Amino acid sequence: MRWVPVFKKEMRLYFGSPVAYAFLALFLLIAGWMFSQIFLIYSEMSMRSFMQPMGGAQSLNPTENVMRPLFSNMSVVLLFFIPMLTMRLFAEEKKAGTIELLLTYPVRDGEVLFGKFLAAGAVYLLLLLLTLTYPALMSAFGRVEWGTVLTGYVGLLLLGAAFLGVGVFISSLTENQIVAGSATFGVLLAFWLIGWGADAAGGWLRTLLQYLSIIEHMDGFGKGVIDTKDVVYYVTVIGFALFLTLRALDAKRWKG
Amino acid sequence: MIQVEHLTKRYGSVTAVSDVTFSVDKGRIVGFLGPNGAGKSTTMKILSCFMPATGGTARVAGFDVFSQSLEVRRRIGYLPENAPLYGDLPVGAYLEFVAEIKGVGRRERRARVEEVMERCFIADMRRRLIGKLSKGYRQRVGLAQALLGDPEVLILDEPTIGLDPKQIAEIRALIRSLAGQHTVILSTHILPEVSIVCDGVIIINRGRIVAQGTQSELVEQVFPTARTQVEIGGPPDQVLAALRAVPGVTEVEQLTGGDGTARALVESPRDRDVRADVVQLTTARGWRLLELHQVGMSLEEVFIRVVAGEQDSDTLDAMAGETRSQA
Repeated sequence: MRWVPVFKKEMRLYFGSPVAYAFLALFLLIAGWMFSQIFLIYSEMSMRSFMQPMGGAQSLNPTENVMRPLFSNMSVVLLFFIPMLTMRLFAEEKKAGTIELLLTYPVRDGEVLFGKFLAAGAVYLLLLLLTLTYPALMSAFGRVEWGTVLTGYVGLLLLGAAFLGVGVFISSLTENQIVAGSATFGVLLAFWLIGWGADAAGGWLRTLLQYLSIIEHMDGFGKGVIDTKDVVYYVTVIGFALFLTLRALDAKRWKG
Repeated sequence: MIQVEHLTKRYGSVTAVSDVTFSVDKGRIVGFLGPNGAGKSTTMKILSCFMPATGGTARVAGFDVFSQSLEVRRRIGYLPENAPLYGDLPVGAYLEFVAEIKGVGRRERRARVEEVMERCFIADMRRRLIGKLSKGYRQRVGLAQALLGDPEVLILDEPTIGLDPKQIAEIRALIRSLAGQHTVILSTHILPEVSIVCDGVIIINRGRIVAQGTQSELVEQVFPTARTQVEIGGPPDQVLAALRAVPGVTEVEQLTGGDGTARALVESPRDRDVRADVVQLTTARGWRLLELHQVGMSLEEVFIRVVAGEQDSDTLDAMAGETRSQA
């Protein structure tokens, strides 16, 4: 249970500095803008389909037409924002030398990592809770399928945790926060762009690239489908990233 | 309490610590003395389980620092060089974090934090951000976190660096008060600190131990004879002859003196103090006694002697100068 003090310390550092506030405020600003735009387009569309009685009214489900594109837009914005949360986790400790004390306290490396990962996860969870405002607002104007919204959030949670895992790992490799942040962004972006290559490729390569693409797996959740394949993908990324972080901490010890 | 055997640490092709062997008994305070870059910090990083050695073994409180690292870490308090702390946390919150991570129970945590803040004179700083503190206060917060959890062994890397003279005296008294219940190993490059605080001394230079023992042991080891430096106003030849005739004197070495005076280094057995005889001699002959003092008795001289063989004299002069100004 020695991860608890690490978790509490990280939360204090997030909220004792502008990091958490900047992260939350800027993300909500952007996501809010996206929500309002998508919502306006949707209301225009539904108005038009109302004028034309021939229009397919069944395709104008508000959850499908507002929340699903919002989820996929938020996934992309998270690419930019998650590095803000993870870049300092280990890089700052290494730069300031505080890691020397942290790792000589009677606490396992795994507990240190777990505390830090969970703290970043907690800030992210808070962000997701705040974005519940959007479906809540929408429910004032129409019927929201809460089940689909819920699976969408499960997807966002897994996607974000995978991003956080990659970010924590990269932060453990360098003592420069800027390097950690931009490298995390670069890696995540690459995992997203892989999906674009899939369209051009064919055969098994197409399947492989599609499977590797980190945001591709989010799509099903947005539709209200929890596919084991997608869950396994995210859990694997998280597990592998955390495992590599432990190896990196160990390697640092060996090299001195 | 601490046993180190044939410890070696290499960084790539650079050997930082080479075949170091020493032990520290329970309740003792031992000073690690050496010029900068001698391998003091490296040895302490290994003892505190921050990094493994390339070769050799180290045991703290009976546990191996490599294979039983967690057991060792439960029993040590460590202050790394330059006291790296979280600048964005207030002193009190930081110490509570340390108490919790060291496993101090929830109920006594506050009391323990209060106690170390009192002991390190930082109680009035509890709400300040560590990053806003002066170097001296930061150093004391670093010491406070090492003391939390009441560890059996304290490993302190340059504990008094950056403090003003009054604070240095307070911290030295604090460390001194730990003797008995705690085993302390501290590093310093301030020679008088060792004489004031420590029971034993380990002098390390270029990764090797060049001398170790209690202070008096070291002085005896390095200077087997007592040496007295004299300057007497009188005819040099006669003065030197007279000095040689003093009972117990084994050797008289002439030094360059002023005009019409004789300067010499007089050697005698350790238990034979020739100073009274010299005074008597000069008054009897009507000479003027200009200088009379024993040399080779201080740790500083021991240090310079044992490190001198391997070190260029400029560094030593600089260190001796620094020592004097910091003392």
